[in-house]
Amino acid sequence: MSEVAESPVPMPAKRRVAQLVMLALAVLIIMGAYANVGLAMTGEVPVGMLTYGLSLGGLMLAAYLVLAKFAPWADPLILPLVTLVNGLGLVMIYRLSVSDSNLPSAKLASPSSQLLWTFIGIVLFSLTLIFLRDHRVLQRLTYTAGAVGLFLLVSPLIPFLGQEINGARIWIGIPGLGQLQPAEFAKLALVIFFAGYLVAKRDVLALAGRRLLFIDLPRARDLGPVLIIWGVSLGILVMQKDLGSSLLLFGTFIAMLYVATQRVSWVIIGILLFAGGAILAGTIFEHVHQRFVVFLNPEDPELFRAVGGSEQLMQGLFAMGSGGILGTGLGQGHPELIPLAFSDFIFSATGEEIGLTGLMALLMIYALLVERGLRASLAARDPFSKLLAGGLSFILAWQVFIIVGGVTNLIPLTGLVTPFMSQGGSALLANWILIALLVRMSDTARRPPPQAIQNEGLTQVFQR
Amino acid sequence: MNSPLKRVAVACLAMFALLMINVNYLQAVKAEGLRGDPRNTRNFYDRYAIERGRITAGGKVLAQSVETKDPRFRFIRQYPEARLYAHVTGFFSPESESAIERSENQLLDGSSADLLLRRSIDLFTGEPTKGANVDLTINPKAQKAAYDALRQSGKRGALVALDPKTGGILAMVSLPTYDPTELSGTDKGKVFPRFDELAKQKDQPLLNRTIAQTYPPGSTFKVVTMAAYLEDDSSRGPQTNVDAPQRLPLPNTNISLPNYGGAACGSGSVTLTFALEKSCNTPFGKMGMELGYDKMKEQTEKFGMGQPVSVPMSVTASDFGPEEDKAALAMASIGQRSNRMTPLQMAMIAAGIANDGKVMKPYLVNKITDAKGDSINQAKPEELSEAVSSETAGKLREMMVSVVQNGTANLAQVPGVQVAGKTGTAETADGQPPHAWFISFAPAEDPKVALAVIVESGAANVGAEATGGHTAAPIAKAVLEAVLNK
Repeated sequence: MSEVAESPVPMPAKRRVAQLVMLALAVLIIMGAYANVGLAMTGEVPVGMLTYGLSLGGLMLAAYLVLAKFAPWADPLILPLVTLVNGLGLVMIYRLSVSDSNLPSAKLASPSSQLLWTFIGIVLFSLTLIFLRDHRVLQRLTYTAGAVGLFLLVSPLIPFLGQEINGARIWIGIPGLGQLQPAEFAKLALVIFFAGYLVAKRDVLALAGRRLLFIDLPRARDLGPVLIIWGVSLGILVMQKDLGSSLLLFGTFIAMLYVATQRVSWVIIGILLFAGGAILAGTIFEHVHQRFVVFLNPEDPELFRAVGGSEQLMQGLFAMGSGGILGTGLGQGHPELIPLAFSDFIFSATGEEIGLTGLMALLMIYALLVERGLRASLAARDPFSKLLAGGLSFILAWQVFIIVGGVTNLIPLTGLVTPFMSQGGSALLANWILIALLVRMSDTARRPPPQAIQNEGLTQVFQR
Repeated sequence: MNSPLKRVAVACLAMFALLMINVNYLQAVKAEGLRGDPRNTRNFYDRYAIERGRITAGGKVLAQSVETKDPRFRFIRQYPEARLYAHVTGFFSPESESAIERSENQLLDGSSADLLLRRSIDLFTGEPTKGANVDLTINPKAQKAAYDALRQSGKRGALVALDPKTGGILAMVSLPTYDPTELSGTDKGKVFPRFDELAKQKDQPLLNRTIAQTYPPGSTFKVVTMAAYLEDDSSRGPQTNVDAPQRLPLPNTNISLPNYGGAACGSGSVTLTFALEKSCNTPFGKMGMELGYDKMKEQTEKFGMGQPVSVPMSVTASDFGPEEDKAALAMASIGQRSNRMTPLQMAMIAAGIANDGKVMKPYLVNKITDAKGDSINQAKPEELSEAVSSETAGKLREMMVSVVQNGTANLAQVPGVQVAGKTGTAETADGQPPHAWFISFAPAEDPKVALAVIVESGAANVGAEATGGHTAAPIAKAVLEAVLNK
């Protein structure tokens, strides 16, 4: 395993103009979608479209300039892709808020606050790029990050600070700002911790103990960290009833452990541990059991009527079915009929209006984003960067898989946000920071190494 | 670390591939089922999102969609003629529809493939989809006359009138009726209980008696027996003499077939014309036995029975009944055994005779135009079958004119017009008063209208065959006059 970039490699180009064009396209698509919603629902272009469009465009231009100045070698595709998804989420939330209905999904959709959070998100993105010139400083903060992450996870349980909304105690109140979900930020801190910790311990963790069948089992004493993370994940599940975050965290840890140690046995142990934990939780906790029952037979009329039953899931599926291959067109379906269409079920709501065609494109954008992140990870020169970039990319993919798989009944439904689309500030801010980290690392990875002063007669240096 | 990272990348791609496959499964494979699920409220909203086309007849609007202020239900259905056309237009309720609203639903709501071109043009010009307009063959004057006359009888009943030359339905009235507006509201809480209430009523207001109910045809069926008898031997004519005993002994039984009220029929040997005029039973019973089951059955089939007919609502099949013994055949030949007829079928028999023996396929939809007024479909009259030769048709016509002039149906006479007709009084099994039937067409020399009318339990009072003509014939007369502008 070589930790230094193999040479000779073709030098990456900056592609800054291409990025600007793609960003402009993304903003134009979003403005077009806004206009589409307005024309379909009220017969006129929404008044706010120009202001929305111009401010989003202006902000993106600012982000672009920051990026060009502070991370000029960064992957040109990442920012336009995120802009497109974030914008589509804004359009859907706006669309839900103008639907003429008293249903919660229409009442609770708040495009203006989501737009504000988007602005703050982009500001945080820029600030991260400006102040974090070298992400490797994060490696020094490994245990700090771990402690911060754990604190953020348990913070909702602290009296006075934490708040319970909709039966889940995963919020903290911040005076003047409203509520935040600290778990969203905890994910970032924990991925940083995992990366730093695993880089330090990977040699030990990779040491094989006994060989059983075809698998080299790790030494029993190295199971410790895995068991701790497993325990923390189950703790989240038990105390905060947050099935999604628990699954997200554990899965990400196992993936990073595998990358660090290259040992499949960790993955198998992880899956077994998680399955055991899930079965245990399923037998002890009614709400976990219920999710599984609903997953197996969502169309059951009894379950459909039951409180906490399959109605919400089925409403999402009805929406997607009604959208069909081409969708109803933005503003022309009834996504407001889905409970939580603006948050957990925004994927289904989008699917009704842009159809299979649109969803395939959307999933493709997410996939591209993830693979771009993994590419930065592959190109990174030091193990910490590799692990961090890989972990951040994986957590993004894993999160999309869990929530989209959940609302499309591919896996049991757990509550999670759809990255960049679901309404909610915390997730949006955390994900924009995550993107800033990926951009920073892709910049470092793609930046050509300093050229040694060479005798030109000896080596032909290829440079564009 | 690169090789495990590459595997993670592949795993991520696999996860996205799984998601994509699943979304494809949901939105392409399973979409139809999810879309149509009764728990999917969208279907309910979608019904009211599109401006359905109008249903019109003879310049009158029978059903139209009007815009509301409610954005959930943008268009609601109105029926300006209310009860008068209820069984023709049908209703458009939150979850279902009936009659023309149902048969022509895809055209009315614009989803039909025939409207693909129009929809594509609308897509580019940005116009909202509008359904096609359906114009019916109904003659509003005939419809109104039939409705008023039937209602005056105070009975349940049905009338259907045809243009004998084309098969176009000129009137289709079934009583009692209902107000389609009551069943077409958007409030399920009101519409569904009202529907249940109507569906449970004993007099079945939702039933379209003209096409969905069969009755014993009684003496009107003698026209069919007569047709078969004339067809069997072309030398027979209106003046041919037949045996007409006071009672006709039925073979292998100890009962005999009497004439109505046990009366004699002429002198015991009468002309065919006389037999039809007076609607004697014995000569027809004898004719039927002489012809045999197969010939009788064949004749009914030539008049269109046994062929699935839709107008476009599907018509309940009429039936001559199974083959039994001679005695049963004699009774069937006077329309009083297991033969069951829809009023439409009886009207087709009258129309076939009127139209020189050719039965035209009945239809209700005259023309379909898109929202811009461009024609999409124009009905083309089609021949269903040739019931009798034109020669036989002429003989039957002559005799049926005589029935109205000299016989049981004098109440159907229209001054200055030769009216042909045949009365019927059909006994029902359950001790109820008999049904009064009348089939007719006019003017006999150049028929413009043929019709059948039944008044359920309408021949109550007097003990004479004339009572069939007494209740039903005047109703027919009102419709004939309306069509012929008299």
